[in-house]
Amino acid sequence: MRHRSGIYRTIASAAAGMALVLSSACGTSGPVRGGLQVWALQDPANEPIIKRGIEQFNAASGTRAALTTYANDAYKQKLQVSMGSPNAPDVFFNWGGGNLAQFVKANQVRDLTNALAVRPEVAKRFLPSVLDVGKINGHQYGIPMNGIQPVILFYNKRVFSEAGVQPPKTYDDLLALVELFKARGITPVALAGSQGWTELMWLEYLLDRVGGAEKFAAIAAGKAGAWRDPAVLQALTMCQDLAARGAFGKNFASVNYDNSGASKLFATGKAAMHLMGSWEYGSQAANNPKFLARGELGWVTFPEVTGGKGDPRAVVGNPSNYFSVRSDSPAADAATRFVVETLASDDYVADLIAAGQVPAVRGVEDKLAGTHNAEFTTFTYQLAVKAPTFTQSWDQALSPSAGAELNTNLQKLFLRDISPQGFVEAMEKAK
Amino acid sequence: MSKGILGRGRPGAIWAAPAAIFFGIFGILPILAVVYLSFTEWNGLGEPKWTGWANWSRLFDDPDVVGSVRVTLVLAVLCWLLQTPASLLLGVWAAGSQRNRAILSTIFFVPLLLSTAAIALAWLSILDPNFGLAVTIGNLVGVDDGNFLGDRQLALYTVAFVLTWQFIPFYALIYQAATRQIPRTLYEAAHIDGADRWRQFFSITLPQLRHTVVASSILIVIGSLTYFESILLLTGGGPGTATRVLPLHMYVKGFVGFDMGYASVLSVVMVAVGTALSIAIARVTGYHRMSSTREGL
Repeated sequence: MRHRSGIYRTIASAAAGMALVLSSACGTSGPVRGGLQVWALQDPANEPIIKRGIEQFNAASGTRAALTTYANDAYKQKLQVSMGSPNAPDVFFNWGGGNLAQFVKANQVRDLTNALAVRPEVAKRFLPSVLDVGKINGHQYGIPMNGIQPVILFYNKRVFSEAGVQPPKTYDDLLALVELFKARGITPVALAGSQGWTELMWLEYLLDRVGGAEKFAAIAAGKAGAWRDPAVLQALTMCQDLAARGAFGKNFASVNYDNSGASKLFATGKAAMHLMGSWEYGSQAANNPKFLARGELGWVTFPEVTGGKGDPRAVVGNPSNYFSVRSDSPAADAATRFVVETLASDDYVADLIAAGQVPAVRGVEDKLAGTHNAEFTTFTYQLAVKAPTFTQSWDQALSPSAGAELNTNLQKLFLRDISPQGFVEAMEKAK
Repeated sequence: MSKGILGRGRPGAIWAAPAAIFFGIFGILPILAVVYLSFTEWNGLGEPKWTGWANWSRLFDDPDVVGSVRVTLVLAVLCWLLQTPASLLLGVWAAGSQRNRAILSTIFFVPLLLSTAAIALAWLSILDPNFGLAVTIGNLVGVDDGNFLGDRQLALYTVAFVLTWQFIPFYALIYQAATRQIPRTLYEAAHIDGADRWRQFFSITLPQLRHTVVASSILIVIGSLTYFESILLLTGGGPGTATRVLPLHMYVKGFVGFDMGYASVLSVVMVAVGTALSIAIARVTGYHRMSSTREGL
């Protein structure tokens, strides 16, 4: 769900998609190869870190590894089409979960289980809940390569103190706050409802709190009838109820995240809360620095649901992104060494922290405490460390086609175009 | 005159060859490939797997197909109704030789210079309900919360409006050029006969522009079958599927869901519908006879 800031990228991707179809039809040979091709997403924060990791690996091993980056949607399409062609990368960035599983199913990904067994200290460094998302059918195919991005309930401290209230601890608190802020003429919760994935965050947390992480685990595993679980229906009903109460205002379906409409609504105090991935901190720092400087950005864990079966410490969001090795790469051995040796190395982890990220690595509390945004990174880190489960964003955990269907149906759900039952039946049918 | 392969100086098959070859490679070949893919299951990884009619039978189970066909048709009709009269009048007006018309038309044609993406993104910002002009505009037209893109009905009208804003200059330019081709002698004769400007417009300009109207109608209707990037950027097809036209449905299935087989089915349907429509319009209007537009000469 990170890197959604991609309106422009979508256009680029459409163009890239066309170019791909043409180039694959003509069978062109592509760039001159040799050495190790590492593919990742365009991200000014991440690229220098990966590049340094590659340089160090090259210097130590004599390999010629090189990084190529692509915009978000274009990347997914480019990767999908290149796999199995001579232009495929040796090491590729992915989202773990369902995204990685489809490549594993097509026998395109190297099983890293044995490589990790040889060096047990590597696997031990990572947070297990995050490492698990790189596991498909019990085998490790992906290794975390950047920071964790849990979904966090942000709140505007100024708006809360003016109203003389505290951030919600329970769902009932939240409902009371909704009424209170509505009465004060403030949108209780900013929601970029023109994009289904922002609504998904509410459903993810509510299901986790109501029914526990195993409810979505069953859905992700493709168990028949998993969507029809009463807990799922309850969470869906709660989402619809929140929208009907006006928790997100009247015109949330017009609000966009990519043009920072929702973030601005929240930062200017027109909305009191915002449920968003931890990247919201960085985007507020970039777009509304004064808001951050005044110390008005607050954050809490998602409220408990009284009587819910889920562990209130459980987290949803993007555990991390992953690097995987292509199975039929001529340089698969070197690629495996690169992934295993670099991503858990002290230098790589230190670089991630210096860039303001929270690596999915154990025992970095002290290092995080020394950074300029220590308060937030420490909170994020503790959230993930203490979480019994870290459920991956559903649209990444499911197959791409089910993920697309999910985001469409969420928009309909929040606008009361379909009932929770209708939602469940539609998703049960989606492949 | 030499005879040779060029025939008796008349256009022969060879004259059409460059265009035909290009059309074959970039038009016919991809269509054939898509027809093939529509009978396969392929997510872009590995080899397409032959599945016979499986994808095609899904077409009738997909509730979004009916919806997106409806949205596509409504959008085509809306675009035609909005764009044709506006661009016709603007084009005829701009055809006049007065200096103020030349200057103003230059301004009116500005949207033509902007890329589709830029237009869509500009409107997306304008229509932001909290920080754009949406509330100001909304108050004028009875949408006081500025919820233009988030309302199921309004979203489609809003998309049609933005597309109209974008394309009127293009069609106006066509009408301007066509109007300037109408021989002055016709107007002079009418003037002598005592016809006023309205009479001249309805009895000379409009009949003379008949074929331009047909051509621009075909372009509008066929074009509205392929509107894609504006809608993707403005609403993403939403809210829900309220503005999901057929091409966008195909994009979501193919390039978001990586269900290339089914997306190919949708593409084939669009090719068929587009071809049928353009043939139908041409037949109904007599455009295919290609008779001269210079009637009266």
